[in-house]
Amino acid sequence: MTAKRYSLLSLFREGLNGHKGWQPAWRAAEPKRRYDAVIIGGGGHGCATAYYLAKEHGLTNIAVIEKGWIGGGNAGRNTTIIRSNYLYDESAAIYDHAMQLWKGLGRELNFNIMMSHRGVLNLAHDDNEMRQLKRRVEANQLNGVDAEWLDAKQVKEYCPIISISPDVRYPVLGATLQRSGGVNRHDAVVWGYARAASALGVDFIEKCEVTGIEIENGKVTGVRTTKGDIKTGKLASVTAGHSSVTAKMAGIRLPIESHPLQALVSEPLKPIHNCVVMSNAVHAYCSQSDKGELVIGAGIDPHISYTQRGAFSILEEEIAALLELFPIFSRLRLMRHWGGIVDVCPDASAIISKTPVAGFYINGGWGTGGWKATPGSGHVFADLIANDKPNDIAAPFTLERFETGKLVAEHGAAAVAH
Amino acid sequence: MNQPFRLPEGGLIDRDKPVTFRFDGKSYGGFAGDTLASALLANGVHHVARSFKYHRPRGILGAGPEDPAALVQLEPNTARTEPNLRATEIELYEGLNAGAQNCWPSLGFDIGAINDVFSRFFPAGFYYKTFMGGPGWMFFERFIRASAGLGVAPGEIDPDHYEHTNRHCDVLIIGAGPAGLAAARAAASTGARVILAEQTAHPGGQLLDEAAGQTTIDGMSARDWVKAVREEIEAAPEAMVLTRTNGFGYYNDNWFALCQQLQDHLPLAERDANKPRQRLWHVRARHIILATGAIERPLVFAGNDRPGVMLAGAVRHYLHRHAVLPGRRAAILANNNSAWQTAFDLKTAGAEMAAILDTRPDAPQVLRDRAEALGIPVKTGAAVTGTLGRRRIKAARTGDIEGDRIAIGSAEMIGCDLLAVSGGWSPNVALFSQSRGQLRYDDDIAGFRPARSWQEEATVGAANGTFDLAACLAEGAAAGANAARVAGFDDASQSVPRVSAPHAIDYDITPAWRLPMERKTDRAFVDMHNDVTSKDLDLAVREGYRSVEHAKRYTTLGMGTDQGKTSSVNGFGILSEILDTPIPEIGVTTYRPPFKPVTFGAVAGQHVGANFHPRRTTPMHEAHVEVGATFEIVGDWLRARVYPRAGEDFDAALQRECKAARTQLGMLDASTLGKIDIRGKNAREFLNRIYSNAWLKLPPGRCRYGLMLNEDGMVFDDGVTACLSDDHFHMTTTTGGAAGVLNWLEDYAQTEWPDLEVYLTSVTEQWAVASLCGPNSTALMAELLDDLDPDPESFPFMSWRPAHIAGIPVRVFRISFTGELSYEINIPARYGRWLWDRCMALGEKHGITPYGTEGMHLLRAEAGFVIVGQDTDGTVTPIDLGMDWAVKKTADFVGARSLTRPDTARTDRRQFVGLLSEDPTIVLPEGSQIIATPHETEPRTPMIGYVTSSYMSPNFSRSIALGLVEGGHTRMGEPVYVANKNGTPHRASISPVNFLKELGGAS
Ligand SMILES: Cc1cc2nc3c(=O)[nH]c(=O)nc-3n(C[C@H](O)[C@H](O)[C@H](O)COP(=O)(O)OP(=O)(O)OC[C@H]3O[C@@H](n4cnc5c(N)ncnc54)[C@H](O)[C@@H]3O)c2cc1C
Repeated sequence: MTAKRYSLLSLFREGLNGHKGWQPAWRAAEPKRRYDAVIIGGGGHGCATAYYLAKEHGLTNIAVIEKGWIGGGNAGRNTTIIRSNYLYDESAAIYDHAMQLWKGLGRELNFNIMMSHRGVLNLAHDDNEMRQLKRRVEANQLNGVDAEWLDAKQVKEYCPIISISPDVRYPVLGATLQRSGGVNRHDAVVWGYARAASALGVDFIEKCEVTGIEIENGKVTGVRTTKGDIKTGKLASVTAGHSSVTAKMAGIRLPIESHPLQALVSEPLKPIHNCVVMSNAVHAYCSQSDKGELVIGAGIDPHISYTQRGAFSILEEEIAALLELFPIFSRLRLMRHWGGIVDVCPDASAIISKTPVAGFYINGGWGTGGWKATPGSGHVFADLIANDKPNDIAAPFTLERFETGKLVAEHGAAAVAH
Repeated sequence: MNQPFRLPEGGLIDRDKPVTFRFDGKSYGGFAGDTLASALLANGVHHVARSFKYHRPRGILGAGPEDPAALVQLEPNTARTEPNLRATEIELYEGLNAGAQNCWPSLGFDIGAINDVFSRFFPAGFYYKTFMGGPGWMFFERFIRASAGLGVAPGEIDPDHYEHTNRHCDVLIIGAGPAGLAAARAAASTGARVILAEQTAHPGGQLLDEAAGQTTIDGMSARDWVKAVREEIEAAPEAMVLTRTNGFGYYNDNWFALCQQLQDHLPLAERDANKPRQRLWHVRARHIILATGAIERPLVFAGNDRPGVMLAGAVRHYLHRHAVLPGRRAAILANNNSAWQTAFDLKTAGAEMAAILDTRPDAPQVLRDRAEALGIPVKTGAAVTGTLGRRRIKAARTGDIEGDRIAIGSAEMIGCDLLAVSGGWSPNVALFSQSRGQLRYDDDIAGFRPARSWQEEATVGAANGTFDLAACLAEGAAAGANAARVAGFDDASQSVPRVSAPHAIDYDITPAWRLPMERKTDRAFVDMHNDVTSKDLDLAVREGYRSVEHAKRYTTLGMGTDQGKTSSVNGFGILSEILDTPIPEIGVTTYRPPFKPVTFGAVAGQHVGANFHPRRTTPMHEAHVEVGATFEIVGDWLRARVYPRAGEDFDAALQRECKAARTQLGMLDASTLGKIDIRGKNAREFLNRIYSNAWLKLPPGRCRYGLMLNEDGMVFDDGVTACLSDDHFHMTTTTGGAAGVLNWLEDYAQTEWPDLEVYLTSVTEQWAVASLCGPNSTALMAELLDDLDPDPESFPFMSWRPAHIAGIPVRVFRISFTGELSYEINIPARYGRWLWDRCMALGEKHGITPYGTEGMHLLRAEAGFVIVGQDTDGTVTPIDLGMDWAVKKTADFVGARSLTRPDTARTDRRQFVGLLSEDPTIVLPEGSQIIATPHETEPRTPMIGYVTSSYMSPNFSRSIALGLVEGGHTRMGEPVYVANKNGTPHRASISPVNFLKELGGAS
């Protein structure tokens, strides 16, 4: 199937035609009996993996199996902050790989993902944070990742509505800025990948839950689903908040804890906030969507759960933190809040890995920050699935690292204050 | 003032209190008891807003939080301005000023309406298909952003404040309509703790939206009954009625969040800045009753968004609550019986009734008879296919429905200035769904109603799909009695209110999810907030966005500030038609909190400004302030950083303090260190498992330094712990880590080793701590102490003694974080300031010099002591720190196993070393990366470590630094390079960390 190209012209023509000529963005498929590869999970990472498998590795007899509707998991719940200014070489490599892919992705997919490189600020509120963040800026620069240090005055210039009053509990002393960082439209990314992959022949099977994994002699032979059994020699789990559940179907226990992570939006407003602001100490982050809503998030709920619901007290802290940074938001209103389930590894880095079961691959453990990695993650995971061997970028994110201790300890960046 | 559409009598307004207000720059009159919407309607103003996307003129559709589009900017250009408020919810106050929003240059003439002209090119999701090429999205985004959004955010600090309050109750009832009132009365009569919350200013609900005298309950007029019941509830000992209180969030374990407006209805001048503006209630209820009523749906037909098209129930609301006639010549369009009442009421109130148009092929005879008696023309099987009028409807075009089209030749124009519509009533199940209750679609009422509760909850009345008043009251009373019984209160009054409503109309509906349209270009709005048309849903399905969530996201249906209160169910119905799938299979989208928008300020409550996170200061704090110390934020604490004297800068002060501490006598306020009292017969074993070093043999009177590792084997806190007695220890932690460590210990004590008897108590604030350091410290100690000889010979390093100072019991520790002879005095906190002053006074002759955190950091760096969190970052093992001695081989401890993992045990890991820059005047910048090359850097330059701490040492008269370097322990003396943004890297050599020994010759 060749998809009708999206463009101003086609939009114009269809406008005259009552938009009768558009085709489904992706084909709704029913499962075939056998595929060359099956991807469990139609989130951002799953759809990206399918696309790159088809496009770069010529694997087109493949299927993405999604228990609900594609993009209905974390992909459709996240706050889409994108940056690649991670501390460690391994993380910088994969997130920056993603960043470079984000840059041209809308055009490549012929789907406007509204990638807005409006800049991400990470604020420092005390000397220890300054030290840590400056360290990160320098590491980023040496790694070729776009990063700068701004003092408080420069922060105010970049984000005029932020309070840099020195008399508050957490004064803004400075910030890192990644200008290429930003936000995008989560649904569009999922839909865009699905549309492009579907055009290459990938089947998207929705409302179909994987319920079991068939293994013979230590090798994957297929999956059981609510729409019947499917044979395949390559099975890839990309199930984010449910990584442990799917891995368990193959008898693998992942070193992952699953937590609720909440987010919220305000009512839509005329543009007031033009970048992304994040603060660890105050524990809130905020951007404004193109629709005008302030999009706000913070840390995980501390308890372990699969309910996709967090506690309201967490939001109270988060909003109090927001008002510390942006006191002028006090009279604005919370319009909607929700939660997702994030899978957190002990070192706060992801798993992109082969497993003890041959032909079974896992991509997960992205925790609270996997959206930004989506294209990079899908790209290297496709490579791993196709070649049964991780490439240089994927290699550090093996499952074995938890046994060998070669951790990619990004959580180290948030160290204790003395 | 002239209010041409105000009826001469009736309504719940106070005609003795006229109010003047402004809207969109013009002045109007209203009465106390009006909402902004009712007052505008009284003045004949229907066009109040512009829509989100196409900037179409929008009027007042509803009468409460369901209204999708009558949004205004309240008090524009003031600190109290608020965007996106519903005119239907704003209580009118004297001097109110509301502006129109999302329009330019004016509400009447809005350039943005050009979008509407070209709307055929901007269907749902158009932006996904374009703006990718040319200058790219970043260019187009600016314009899209500017045209999106609605009102504007305030530019000033909020002058108001907010508060939280917590309550437990037996029965919480949300909604004070008839069902809620009946429930509350029954529950309150038992003596149970009852809270009845009503979002508007008045209990009564639908009873207030009908003609006075239409219904009698227990022999009283409905309004009198409401009053009587309210009084009865309020008279009950443990019950309260909260008005202007919106129950917006139903969470786990029957925990409910409500927002109460305390001052928003008052004129600005009367608002009391000393009282909160809004109060957020946290209520944990044994049982919850949802009596949240039903929400009327509009009908989806061409031109259905014209100002002057209103919900039929809202028309009754304005008629009866506010004595406003929303139109003089009205038509009705409905698919159910309930809207007929509106026609009868309008006619009775003096309006001309142009027609009742019912989409059903037939209507009940009783209704037809009444219409005939009142002289109202009736047309069944009729649709509206278009409306005329720019800022208010002038006429509606009708035609006969013939299958999915309009019968040819049946078109007719009906002149009207009001079109009251009803597409049926949706039980308001938002809160029920939030509670995770399950819904079921009921064909009889054409709506979703509660099927199965998930929590201790009951939904009653219209919210439960029960539309008959007597049944609502009975349901409410029974639920109230039952809820009280569940909470342990048995004798509920059994009386069920008796209703007499001779003219009540049975609810009967035949859904018509969308009415036929005549022309291809016609548009019918499903979501009037986000400008989603029925064709957008067709398009979504055509493009494969078939699942209800995809269709919602693609079209933005129900995603506006009204959260789809009037649009969602219509959307599901239309999708079901397009997909030819029964509605139950279409399902619903998730209802998310809050039920209606809640002010951020209220959510934050009092936890803003100085109360955000309290800032902690030590008992000695004032002493530091008095001598002009500068302070540093460390975790929650404010700590003295340096004590500059007159004319001294930061560096000079630091150098002086550090010199004094080594050569004479220094004093540090160490009160902020975390202190945990650990008791219990297994306290020792507990410590032995928590710390990486050995604790089983530490005798009372002795102290030991310990390292705490996380499960990965990485150092996460350190400190000295003293053995007070065999089953009693005093642990110290880092300042910033104290709370985290206590949680960590509790976690292990409670969940991992519940078999150990150990009790943990934070005593950080019970003790003030003065740390004395330097050669003269023993002399000062000797003067201070009543009953202890401080001689280091008899009171050796790493021991502690109880003692007294001026009769006050203290604990003295012989521990040191500077490598110098030191004593730490722990004194009960209330004597902290006294102790500080006493030391300063007695120490003067010994050259006592207070030093701050900066000096402490420098002094410990001279001694090569690690600061966890500065020299470590969660990736450093004790071995990496060169502290193999603190890792026991004999027993298990947290993190032990991880240390043996092959990569954790590698010898080329980043290790803790000293760094001496070749140029002793250069203080290597902290955080700088260590690289292997002496050349200027180009990405990607491999990094082999970084500088963690760096100072100019006064005692060695040169710079010193600490850092982590790959394989550093075996590279002593080797050169490394520190990346330098501004030029060639700094050259430095690796050294052992103890500079006292290395540079100072100390042993
Ligand atoms: C509130 C919130 C805010 C966030 N904010 C950010 C942010 O600002 N920046 C950022 O970088 N990251 C953010 N994240 C994290 C990010 O969303 C995730 O890391 C990322 O989206 C996960 O990858 P995914 O898109 O593939 O996951 P998902 O979209 O969750 O995809 C997994 C899919 O697997 C499906 N599935 C699970 N089990 C089965 C089964 N047995 N059979 C079939 N299908 C199955 C699920 O239904 C789901 O659709 C946030 C997350 C949340 C919850």
